[in-house]
Amino acid sequence: MPENSPKDTNQFQQGPPKEMIFALVGNPNSGKTTLFNALTGLKQKVGNYPGVTVERKEGECFLTHGEKVRIIDLPGAYSLNARSPDEAVLRDILLGRRKDTPKPKRVIIVLDASNLERHLYLTTQILELGIPCILALNMMDVAQEKGLAIDKDALSESFGGIPVIPMEASRRKGITELKQCMAQPEIMAPEFQVQFPDEIRSGLKASWASLKNSGVISSEGSLLEPLYLLSDHDPTHSGIKDDQLDAIHQCQKELAGKFPGWEDKLVAARYDAIYEITQKAVQRPEEPDSTFTDKLDAIFLHPIWGWATLLVILGVLFGLIFKVAEGPMGWIETLFTWAGEWVGSRMNEGDLRDLIVDGIIAGVGGVVVFLPQILILFFFIGMMEDTGYMARIAFMMDRLMSRVGLNGKSFLPLLSSHACAVPGVMATRTIDNAKDRLITILVSPLAGCSARLPVYLLMIAVLVPSDEVPVLTKVFFLLLMYALGIGGAFFFAWIFHKKLLKGDGAPMILELPAYKTPAITAVLWHMWERTRIFVRRAGTVILGISILLWFAVTYPKSDNPDPSAAMEHSFAGKVGKIIEPVIQPMGYDWKIGIGLIASFAAREVFVSTMSIIYSVEESEEIEPLRDRLRSEKRPDGTPVYTPRVCLSLMIFYVFAMQCLSTVAVVKRETNGWKWPLFQIAYMTLAACIGALIVYQVGGMLGYA
Amino acid sequence: MPSTLCLSDLDQGATAVIESLPSGDVALTRLRELGLLPGTRIQLVRRAPLGDPIEISIRGSLLSLRKKEADLIQIKLT
Repeated sequence: MPENSPKDTNQFQQGPPKEMIFALVGNPNSGKTTLFNALTGLKQKVGNYPGVTVERKEGECFLTHGEKVRIIDLPGAYSLNARSPDEAVLRDILLGRRKDTPKPKRVIIVLDASNLERHLYLTTQILELGIPCILALNMMDVAQEKGLAIDKDALSESFGGIPVIPMEASRRKGITELKQCMAQPEIMAPEFQVQFPDEIRSGLKASWASLKNSGVISSEGSLLEPLYLLSDHDPTHSGIKDDQLDAIHQCQKELAGKFPGWEDKLVAARYDAIYEITQKAVQRPEEPDSTFTDKLDAIFLHPIWGWATLLVILGVLFGLIFKVAEGPMGWIETLFTWAGEWVGSRMNEGDLRDLIVDGIIAGVGGVVVFLPQILILFFFIGMMEDTGYMARIAFMMDRLMSRVGLNGKSFLPLLSSHACAVPGVMATRTIDNAKDRLITILVSPLAGCSARLPVYLLMIAVLVPSDEVPVLTKVFFLLLMYALGIGGAFFFAWIFHKKLLKGDGAPMILELPAYKTPAITAVLWHMWERTRIFVRRAGTVILGISILLWFAVTYPKSDNPDPSAAMEHSFAGKVGKIIEPVIQPMGYDWKIGIGLIASFAAREVFVSTMSIIYSVEESEEIEPLRDRLRSEKRPDGTPVYTPRVCLSLMIFYVFAMQCLSTVAVVKRETNGWKWPLFQIAYMTLAACIGALIVYQVGGMLGYA
Repeated sequence: MPSTLCLSDLDQGATAVIESLPSGDVALTRLRELGLLPGTRIQLVRRAPLGDPIEISIRGSLLSLRKKEADLIQIKLT
């Protein structure tokens, strides 16, 4: 039996595999992933390439007579002249430069038949490498709609007779033909070379010799390896060792000095060759018909109707997140409460029972309760990606996002983070610019997520009790907090853009792909896969921290039966008192300190911790806790929760990270601890400074 | 008519031929790789609702780029 469940792992089969391996390559938006899903039937393993944040996907496929083969879905790219980590990984694998993935012996190149010339650019680069190739001519339906007639034999002829399979991967047309072709014992190696200008060829030869001497490239005689290494302008230089970089830079300088614009000349030569091929193989209509996509874009990208559509779609999305998710969230809460009671009633009283009930079940329940929101978000993001609407949102929002140095593709992740930063951070995978992606990840948790809501609502209730002031005042404070979150996200994005990170000089490029009916199964599967990764990664961290935090508020035990006094006696209570001098300038006492510590893993825990500290029976109603907080006095008799303390606390929660699920996801998405730790540091610092300013300036202005 | 026009000056729906784009610029090399070469016909399909970026049609494909890059691409009307 083949393994049915997908695995999230970085470990792939080692040693020589028994099965034949096929590598799938193609431009972004070539339908490569759709084809990969159609071939593997979702029997996939997803992980990262070691050392870079590039997704690695591998799956199994059964050919027409049951032969099992393995398929690796290589990162999408426009060119082997790498401009991003994704493209560098593709280049290095195809040149056999990566140790974790052997150079593929067979390649399936996926092309969008309706964008043939552009897609032939990468295709011809790969064909020149001489690896046996099959051309999968995808999206034939879109090409037909555009009125293009493609002669597949002429195309095949141009490359020495390699197999060309017309297909529509989204409707599974051509899959059988492709599988039959893959099953052939021998696949032809292509014969194709673009003629470089002679002087550049000799220049490359000189570079090749010097790169070989410095050990950057191996002994093979191909000029293509130095060609692609020398045109590397990706600042991360993935796959290239630091000591090799100098040699490459040296050669780059020499070439640029001797042959100014040599890269541009090579591009022109390649497009000349492509033009000749398409002249033979493609017939275009005199007047192109307006396609379904053109008609939809006339509405969706219209200066008025475009915004209206966007607002309606986002309105529905957030309506679903906050209204529809409410029901299942309630059920999950009930389930965990019930589980806690069930375990509680069946175990003997003691520490172990408390650990399981108050530590593990309550802690894990606090994270799982957000799953309905996360699932809805993943589903919606998947649908928008799959239909092609996501690219339109990016197109419309790019101008706004570019003001702070981001691009249009950062919009949806940031917006999603207003429900939960976890799907927001995971949705940044669609941002192809590495710098923009990192910045979006770094600022996403500043968006006012739903876990902040209970804290805001409690503090606003204490600040302006509803019987004394109009509801609008409360709404004003709530909106103010959201505005501060958005403002903070933009401000820090701008700072990081200007000061922290180097750009790669790649232009912002967007493709608005043809609209298509979404493949629901694939979207659902994708949603499931993302959620599973989250639960596994965050779940283990949350479990550990929940136990730790439980330990901190429970031990050392006190004889006092009053839970409030017991908490004062605990480690958390002691730490609260130790940090009191530090948080005192922000207006907090040690009891609030306990709340800050206890809510480090999840913000909403602040509310339940406060209930315990002030011995208020936990309930759905906010009033008992509100009234208790309002009556809390300092030793000198003045109230603790003055307006400026409430505001200072809210400001703290606007900026502070206080969410371990997000930390765990950021660690996964950035492949290490560096960025999540940086994020905790800058956000906590911003939170303290913000709270300090509010409290101190409020005091100077004479507010209580 | 001004002697030099750039891509971002083009009217919505209008067609022109690329005359030149600066050589040796990393960002523009990528645009060349996407088919924006001197002598190629180019059409401005639409502007984003906020005026930037612009969507162009080139070699039978659509592509969106920012005005910042489009400003560097010299065109001549046909």
